[in-house]
Amino acid sequence: MPNKEAYSSQQLNVSKLSLIRSERLILSDVNFSAKSGSGIFLRGDNGVGKTTLLMAIAGYLHIGAGKITWGTDNNEEENSLIENLHFIAHQDAIKPTLSLKENLMFWCSLYGGAPEKVIDALKIVGLSHAIDFEAGLLSAGQKKRLSLARLLVANRALWLLDEPTSSLDKQGDELVVSLIDNHLERGGIAIIATHLDLNIKNAKTLILEKANQYGEIA
Amino acid sequence: MKAFLSIIRRDIKLATSSFGDMLTLVLFFIMIGVIVPIAIGPDKNLLASIAPGVIWIAAFLSSLLALDKMFRQDFDDGSLLAMRHASISFEAIVFAKLIAHWLTSILPLIIATPMLALMLNMNTQILIYTIISLLVGTPALISFGAVGAAITVSLRRGGLIAPVLILPLSLPILIFGVSAIKLGTGAGTQSAALLILGAISLITVAFTPFASALALKLTQE
Repeated sequence: MPNKEAYSSQQLNVSKLSLIRSERLILSDVNFSAKSGSGIFLRGDNGVGKTTLLMAIAGYLHIGAGKITWGTDNNEEENSLIENLHFIAHQDAIKPTLSLKENLMFWCSLYGGAPEKVIDALKIVGLSHAIDFEAGLLSAGQKKRLSLARLLVANRALWLLDEPTSSLDKQGDELVVSLIDNHLERGGIAIIATHLDLNIKNAKTLILEKANQYGEIA
Repeated sequence: MKAFLSIIRRDIKLATSSFGDMLTLVLFFIMIGVIVPIAIGPDKNLLASIAPGVIWIAAFLSSLLALDKMFRQDFDDGSLLAMRHASISFEAIVFAKLIAHWLTSILPLIIATPMLALMLNMNTQILIYTIISLLVGTPALISFGAVGAAITVSLRRGGLIAPVLILPLSLPILIFGVSAIKLGTGAGTQSAALLILGAISLITVAFTPFASALALKLTQE
């Protein structure tokens, strides 16, 4: 039962963004914007800075130069972004000794979601048969599905997905596509770092290029 | 508030599911109490007079042993990163973890204190003072520990760095903790020591969530 609740109309703007990690310039002059209902694929070689860009949008990194803003056109509230996003990173954030339900229930209450969504979320990602299993028993692909279920327990307009299809099977890829499609239809925004050609209707592609790491900002 | 409590509940559940770790900690605490009488000799009066100090040393060392657990697992599996965009502030999350850590790593030690008292020939009166002193002082101990643990969480073999970092900060806690137990100096001094110990605890518990959260944010950059 896909969720039908619509998000309020928002826009993410990234302008002239430069990111520096460990005194190395990773990305320079990144510009893009995403409106409600649109997705953006981040592509680029390994190590080009896709994860770094996602982390910067999430607000985890110090921004070297430029601006990331979030809000409606005339009312940009930069601070509310952190409570409006989901970030699915490489690491699964799963506790092996807790059951699937306990794992997800925790994230649900932490993200301020409704507890009754937990079972639905596990159904949608295809883990409903294993609700009371210990999460340590899951395979890598199933763990990824459990991580993706975090997206569904709380309504948050911006999804930052770092390789959401890694270790998933064919049906898993389709699951990711349908989750993102549903999210965009409801007026959400998704930024997806991936190498696969996911068939998402309303998505643009942003190709990241290596910054001149030791020189000046190009 | 719901999110805050759910962190405490989860951390307690995780700690009890690795019950062996908890037991190791308590056994280590008791072990110090077993070794001291054997090493010092069977002089009952001497043992009774050094008992408060021995118990605080045991509590201090055991708390150092448990420090690394506070953030390590959540850091390694990405939970700490996923907690950054929770509906409550990251500082509140660190505070909740601090409370859970006290409940799962320090409270068992305090519960085991009577066993140490038996080994060290303490009378009931002193035992009660000891437990009060531990209850009041250990929050400060783990607060400093939390800062040390947060700073060293990204270091693979940072096991001993955090204790070395927080040792100088912890000395006042030991001094006032032990003097809050000792009766000889008169009731007035004793309660004064306890009050100062309480003050140290309150101040450190209030500011360390901010310091630890900042340290954790910096290591995640």
